[in-house]
Amino acid sequence: MENHDENKEGIGGMINPRRYGIERVAYLLMRLSGLGLLAYFIGHIYETSSILKGQVGWNEFLALTQTNEGHAILAIVIAMCVFHTVNGIRVMLGHGGVGVGKPARPDYPYIPASQNARHKMGIYSAIVLAAIAMMYGLAVMFGE
Amino acid sequence: MTLVPSIAEEQASTPLSSAKSITLRIARFNPEHDGERKFMEFTIPYEKWTTVLEAILEVKKHFDHSVAVRYSCRQATCGSCGMMINGKPRLACFTKISELDSDVITVEPMNNFPIIRDLAVKFERLFDTHHKIKPYLIRDDSEITSNEKEFLQTPEEVEQYIQFSNCIKCGLCNSACPTMATDSSFVGPQALAQAYRYVADSRDKGKDTRLKIIDDSHGIWRCHFAGSCSQVCPKGVDPAMGIQFLRGYLLGFRS
Ligand code: SF4
Ligand code: FES
Repeated sequence: MENHDENKEGIGGMINPRRYGIERVAYLLMRLSGLGLLAYFIGHIYETSSILKGQVGWNEFLALTQTNEGHAILAIVIAMCVFHTVNGIRVMLGHGGVGVGKPARPDYPYIPASQNARHKMGIYSAIVLAAIAMMYGLAVMFGE
Repeated sequence: MTLVPSIAEEQASTPLSSAKSITLRIARFNPEHDGERKFMEFTIPYEKWTTVLEAILEVKKHFDHSVAVRYSCRQATCGSCGMMINGKPRLACFTKISELDSDVITVEPMNNFPIIRDLAVKFERLFDTHHKIKPYLIRDDSEITSNEKEFLQTPEEVEQYIQFSNCIKCGLCNSACPTMATDSSFVGPQALAQAYRYVADSRDKGKDTRLKIIDDSHGIWRCHFAGSCSQVCPKGVDPAMGIQFLRGYLLGFRS
């Protein structure tokens, strides 16, 4: 309500995942994982550029990823990567009009065909696969 | 001669009476002189069939007539009475108190629309964007100039767009949209769904014109298929479906 002129909901409204079902949760996770992966990508470029300091610099930087914190961050990156990929495929197909239902005369109570079970399954699958991949990553990294 | 009271008199003198009641919280705000939104609370009796609009009108009749609210048809047809009801955009005349499952009902002006006063919001932007996508049939001839008396369509052809022509321009979709929450230049789900309504009409020849209009930095590409527009639409328009079909043309999924 800060901006009286526009009465826009603002970022708080945009990221609120509680009102419009699992699709809005997927929307939020997609944005967060996108930003997270971008941050990781920048960090990754920075990390690999340490090779310019020679093998010692490279090894020093690499050691950071071998800590518990490093492993936890990598596990989150794996989850973000898997969620963003699987959900991204769902969203890309949806953007092309694939699997969003067929136009028809609407009947009360007007369940929107675009918010169908296939898309919901896609979202749940993305979440489950991300969780499995993250757990596998944790098992590998901490199981050494 | 017996005196028959007018409907207005009758309504004004018959307060709702019921064993059940709710607390109705109404947002009050006048941008001309108020610094922030305030809430007024009223206890309103209701029946199973009482709508939120009827509860607001009850307040106007018996407690405070200065509450600003826009309404007309009271039957989900004119698109005037959209507002936030317990945090979600809904039509006040189409939302029964009993279906909200809450003892407290909070009504606020629709998000993403400038406030005129209290629950009434400005619709200028919605009408502008609606107009921008050319919401009419585009073709060189007309039913008057062509040899055919009228442009006939098969039932299948009608089926392609009839759902989208149900739009009553209530703006609930624009209010629920996460992009509209931060980008006031976004064309919005209402206008995009209407662009598809005409593109899908077999009588229309304006597809390329409309695709050019929406292929803009604040156009269709700002839709991320969150689908909230479709979830709040009170007429089953499913704007998200229309928008994705429209984008399908631009991405080459459809021709
Ligand atoms: S698409 Fe639905 S929610 Fe949006 S303006 Fe039209 S009727 Fe209202
Ligand atoms: S009063 Fe017309 S839609 Fe509610």
